[in-house]
Amino acid sequence: MTTTDHSVPTPAPLRHLMRLLVGSCALLPALAIAGWDELNMPVGVTDLSADVHGLHMRIFYVCCAIGAAVFGVMIVSMFLHRKSRGVKPATFHESTKVEIVWTVVPLLILVAMAVPAAKVLIKMEDFSDSEMSIKVTGYQWRWHYDYLDEGIAFYSALDAEQNLARQRGADDALEQFGDTYLREVDNELVVPTGVKIRFLNTAADVIHSWWVPDLALKKDAIPGFINENWATINEPGVYNGKCAELCGRDHGFMPIVVRAVTPEEFQVWADEKRAETLAAIETQHDPRDLPTLLAQGESVYGANCSTCHQAEGQGIPGMFPAIAGSDIATGDIDAHVAMVLHGVDGTPMNAWSGALTDAEIAAVVTYQRNAFGNDTGDSVQPLDVRAARSTALNAATEFDMGVTQ
Amino acid sequence: MTTDSSHDGVVHHAPGEHHDHDHDHHGPAYGLMRWITTTNHKDIGSLYLWFSLIMFFIGGAMALVIRAELFQPGIQIVDPMFFNSMTTMHALVMIFGVVMPAFVGLANWMIPMMIGAPDMALPRLNNWSFWIMPFAFAILLSTLFMDSGGPAGGWTLYPPLSLQMGDSFAFVIFAIHFMGISSVMGSINIVATIFNMRAPGVTFMKMPMFVWTWLITAYLLIATIPVLAGAVTMLLTDRYFGTSFFSAAGGGDPVMFQHIFWFFGHPEVYILILPAFGIISSIIPTFARKPLFGYDSMVYATASIAFLSFIVWAHHMFTTGMPLAGSLFFMMSTMLISVPTGVKVFNWVATMWRGAMTFETPMLFAIGFVIMFTIGGLSGLMLAITPADIQYHDTYFVVAHFHYVLVPGAIYSIMAATYYWIPKWTGNMYDETLGKWHFWISTVFVNVLFFPMHFVGLAGMNRRIPDYSLQFADWNMVASIGAFGFGFSQLLFVWIVIKCVRGGKQATDEVWEGARGLEWTVPSPAPYHTFETAPDITKYAVR
Ligand SMILES: [Cu+2]
Ligand SMILES: [Cu+2]
Repeated sequence: MTTTDHSVPTPAPLRHLMRLLVGSCALLPALAIAGWDELNMPVGVTDLSADVHGLHMRIFYVCCAIGAAVFGVMIVSMFLHRKSRGVKPATFHESTKVEIVWTVVPLLILVAMAVPAAKVLIKMEDFSDSEMSIKVTGYQWRWHYDYLDEGIAFYSALDAEQNLARQRGADDALEQFGDTYLREVDNELVVPTGVKIRFLNTAADVIHSWWVPDLALKKDAIPGFINENWATINEPGVYNGKCAELCGRDHGFMPIVVRAVTPEEFQVWADEKRAETLAAIETQHDPRDLPTLLAQGESVYGANCSTCHQAEGQGIPGMFPAIAGSDIATGDIDAHVAMVLHGVDGTPMNAWSGALTDAEIAAVVTYQRNAFGNDTGDSVQPLDVRAARSTALNAATEFDMGVTQ
Repeated sequence: MTTDSSHDGVVHHAPGEHHDHDHDHHGPAYGLMRWITTTNHKDIGSLYLWFSLIMFFIGGAMALVIRAELFQPGIQIVDPMFFNSMTTMHALVMIFGVVMPAFVGLANWMIPMMIGAPDMALPRLNNWSFWIMPFAFAILLSTLFMDSGGPAGGWTLYPPLSLQMGDSFAFVIFAIHFMGISSVMGSINIVATIFNMRAPGVTFMKMPMFVWTWLITAYLLIATIPVLAGAVTMLLTDRYFGTSFFSAAGGGDPVMFQHIFWFFGHPEVYILILPAFGIISSIIPTFARKPLFGYDSMVYATASIAFLSFIVWAHHMFTTGMPLAGSLFFMMSTMLISVPTGVKVFNWVATMWRGAMTFETPMLFAIGFVIMFTIGGLSGLMLAITPADIQYHDTYFVVAHFHYVLVPGAIYSIMAATYYWIPKWTGNMYDETLGKWHFWISTVFVNVLFFPMHFVGLAGMNRRIPDYSLQFADWNMVASIGAFGFGFSQLLFVWIVIKCVRGGKQATDEVWEGARGLEWTVPSPAPYHTFETAPDITKYAVR
């Protein structure tokens, strides 16, 4: 882990506070210049996102105007019409004329807002002529992307190093990531620019919501249903997003990264990714040595297990059992593999047979049996996992790479 | 204002006086049993208000856990699961345990006195409505100490997430049922009281706005609480009895829950704000020394808000995917609500206009309410614009919006009401200097707390997360400082209330120079029984 220079021993909170005080003093000019961008909805990189931003700014200004009028009258009144100035209260208590005016004028403003809003909405809901379809599936707590026409599919989760760092909760360690903290993923969603892409959102467990502000896309991913969404990205770049619907413990930790590249670059990427996927399938049952298994196991653990069982395998007493020194991780190896494959009914321990490959399960089990002071020296090979799958009651749990044929 | 103004029409309880009623005693019983068995509207009103105050600090403590965790990026204090149960419980406690009981407490105290009635129409039911609540909340809060932890799927209880909960789920549903029963019984009582107990001559169009807004609120409650009860019961059977109302795998639909929930949930929003409108409509005319502007249009605006509140629910669900026609309809109907709401705000401003204002604490809170509720209302108008809402949805922009309408909105109205009527309740004036300090400190901190949330939300911070990217760090720290400042300054409020209960300058009967309404014609403190003989309303202004 690279470390930042800590020669100035100001504690992190204090540093923030100082930056803040300086920031607040500079607030007004900052709002006018650069700071505003960081405090406002992005214009984004699609025609639609620019439209949405336009609507947002228009209604914002309308609200500012209404606010200024109402508060202005109130302030004048509070200044002029106070008893201490010796005024006598008036006695009027109605005026049909005025009341009609302040009913009709807002109605007109609303119509003026509703018309452009309806136009944008209609445009948003036009899914015709899409040139590419990507199925987005929300899982607790990562995304699965399936390029329906390209034969590419993969999971995308929070970057493993960040995932471990956030669990350790060390404030200073977070600074090494800078502004990328909680925004990077292991597998980015790569898409071509200038192509109308249709996103089909669904979920495997609970409701999630796939949100990328720069594309003005936010649509719920609902188990058992498919929601449509579309974007034509105008500029190459990296666009961050996150899950927007509370989906359980790690809802805050399932970011989205969309990398938009030119169609040519996309073709190159797609060919590579496809080849990589096929190679992984082909070689997934090749035997590995212990260091290889441990290295892969550590990253699988970081991405999938550490959420509950914690970075050091200590678990959370009363909620998630420890792996360090546990009977499972130091006992019968077949039982250990079976538990990872099939989960434990009635507990948060999922069956991982559908989400992890044989190689990944072999690696993570090996890792758990040798990390956290477990030191069993055992190792599990991908073929052992395959055998365990077929001896199990439900042989149908063969890992599905998720590639739609 | 003179203290010896005559109180003809008000029965004083002089010894040996004979009344045509069946009470066998004139004052309260002594000790604990007084409070357990009481059927007196003032006692029950006080119980509700104290209960609400206690829950305010419990819910507030939860909010401070949330803000402490969000003080800096990274997980420092609580596990994300516990964080989620804090956000869930904070909402449930604040909505069902603080704002609603406080309004019911105010209704109990004030409605009979405002319409010249001796008590609520159904006093025993009244006792029950209150005493169910401590048990409901004991059950709800006890789930935090169960092995499976408290509810952590958000107060909206969306399935399938809420169905992942452990067995404390059943307790949560049970608690919600009991809160619902309490609310419905309280509402029936209020409706019955307003229809049957008005003093002769107090016609509907003479009722103070607070009575009107509560009448309409009571109907909203009676109409929507059973819907909530149905929705949570369906969750219960999905969880324990193998039904699949909300599971696509069994032929159900998780989005259907959201439709049912928000059919309750949106009117609930108005349940939490209409009584506030009533309070503000009483306070502003008093301190402007000028009658409420546009009383009739206030009544009609309240009724239209209530009606519209039933046809806008899906504006909470624009991202769930609905037909274009649905999105358009719910966008337009939602925008329409801003018209009657605007009428209210304009009427308050017009009431202030050319009055002779003084700025005692209730007026400060009322003006704070009008300004900050309007800010919340305007961000609500922004949220009505569907394409923009889709981007605002589930971000801190929404958190800022509803906290503006609920904290400097609903909560401020309750504070204003307390300062306004506490001299009548206790017979003592509260400490005006401390009251003003309470207002100004609260107002500074509440804005430090919630205003930055608009911007972090627009910049992309989603809600219900225990940790966030570093670019949101600064404003989250500001919000957390505001939260602690606001939270601790409420201790001042408790001190002011206790001080006022224990003594202080003797309040006159009229209390406020410009006050109008029957409640100001009875002595301060209000006797245990008031208006056992109906007042002669030709002598007093009812509103
Ligand atoms: Cu989520
Ligand atoms: Cu609503």
